[in-house]
Amino acid sequence: MEILQQISERLQKGDAAAVGELTGAAIEQQLAPKRILDDGLLAGMAVIGDKFKRHEIFLPDVLLAAKAMYAGLDLLRPLMIEEGIPTVGKVVLGTVQGDLHDIGKNLVGIMLKGAGFEVVDLGKDVAPERFLDAAEESGAGIIGMSALLTTTMPTMKKVIDLARERGLFGKVRFLIGGAPVSADYAKEIGADAYCFDGVKAVECAKAFTKAS
Amino acid sequence: MREKVAMTPEEVLPARAAVLRAMGVPEGTEPDTRVIGMADQGVAMMTKLAKPVGLVMAISHEEFETVYQGEGRNEPDTPLNQLFPKATQLALYAVTVGDAVSARISKLFDTDDFTVGVALDAAASEAAELAARVAETFYRDYLVRHHRLDSSQATLAFSPGYCGWHISAQRALFARLQPDDIGVRLNPSCLMAPLKSISGVIVAGPKEIFEFEDDFPFCSDCRTRECRERLENVRNQ
Repeated sequence: MEILQQISERLQKGDAAAVGELTGAAIEQQLAPKRILDDGLLAGMAVIGDKFKRHEIFLPDVLLAAKAMYAGLDLLRPLMIEEGIPTVGKVVLGTVQGDLHDIGKNLVGIMLKGAGFEVVDLGKDVAPERFLDAAEESGAGIIGMSALLTTTMPTMKKVIDLARERGLFGKVRFLIGGAPVSADYAKEIGADAYCFDGVKAVECAKAFTKAS
Repeated sequence: MREKVAMTPEEVLPARAAVLRAMGVPEGTEPDTRVIGMADQGVAMMTKLAKPVGLVMAISHEEFETVYQGEGRNEPDTPLNQLFPKATQLALYAVTVGDAVSARISKLFDTDDFTVGVALDAAASEAAELAARVAETFYRDYLVRHHRLDSSQATLAFSPGYCGWHISAQRALFARLQPDDIGVRLNPSCLMAPLKSISGVIVAGPKEIFEFEDDFPFCSDCRTRECRERLENVRNQ
């Protein structure tokens, strides 16, 4: 459908005004909201994600595309809620206790929303039990944790150990990220994946959502 | 010697290229004009909000040994461990661009104005680095005025959390320097507030002492290798 292709193309150009207009037009044409989302907005963000991975574009370009995505999503959201259309999945995000760095975590949240996930953002300095409480309350299948200090990254292990105690380990997937964190550390503490950027986080979240 | 270093926002104004780099745009790339606009907006906002200030305090080798060792969690060998015994002068320092910048960054993300948020964050990070250079220059000028540094000598700064110097040493550093005078505080996780703050030690000595290879075991984890550029700057001092 041409209008959906146009939405995708304008999103890729980061043209928020055009994406908003075109999404409104698609809704008026009575196209199914899920179709507008999948074949217009998410299709455009998928191209952006691929280009970013290939280093053809960079973070600011991704953010401009995400802003355009939000312009379309803002119009679709009420319709999707009305029709009971589920999101791709739910992710709880937060920067661990004692740490106040949140730019990276925020960027992951933006990318996840751009990929159709619902994000429960707990903010910064999040106590271990809050991650799990939020996952249980929201039904989120994924918890994403960020830490930017070697002094705060051990809290990630506390969260995972607490998940074991509460019988949530294996039911909820854990993504971790941040400058001092690594794939080895993820393995060491029982996290499901180390995500070095938002694109990787989206990849992992999609893979874990499909698998569950 | 313990002195506040007054700074203006203009003194810590980052170059557009540096802000773009900090935003993830590699050097040599031609960004979209909107991306350039984002960077410029970040710089303009930072200039309005920043209240940069620093603190420099001379410290003896003996006292610095205690600060350096901190809680005993450093890597066995580090560039600083090799350098500071050969230094002629040492000074602890802290700089900040102030609370208002961090508060605005949070607000921008809260209101989904994340393009400007990222640009302001990048500009503020670069500004903090420039503030550290201003403090270093201040100390160098002080040493020159007191005939303790000549053209055969240079300075180089290090911060806990980098190059094998464990971040927990911040506690010893803060206990000695007490930068709450300039509004910089340390939380129990060794995180500084305001976030856009830097602290560390300035090492002064003959230029030839400032040579080390980036082949320490922890260098393989380093994502920037900025030590190479910093050493080049030392040679040009």
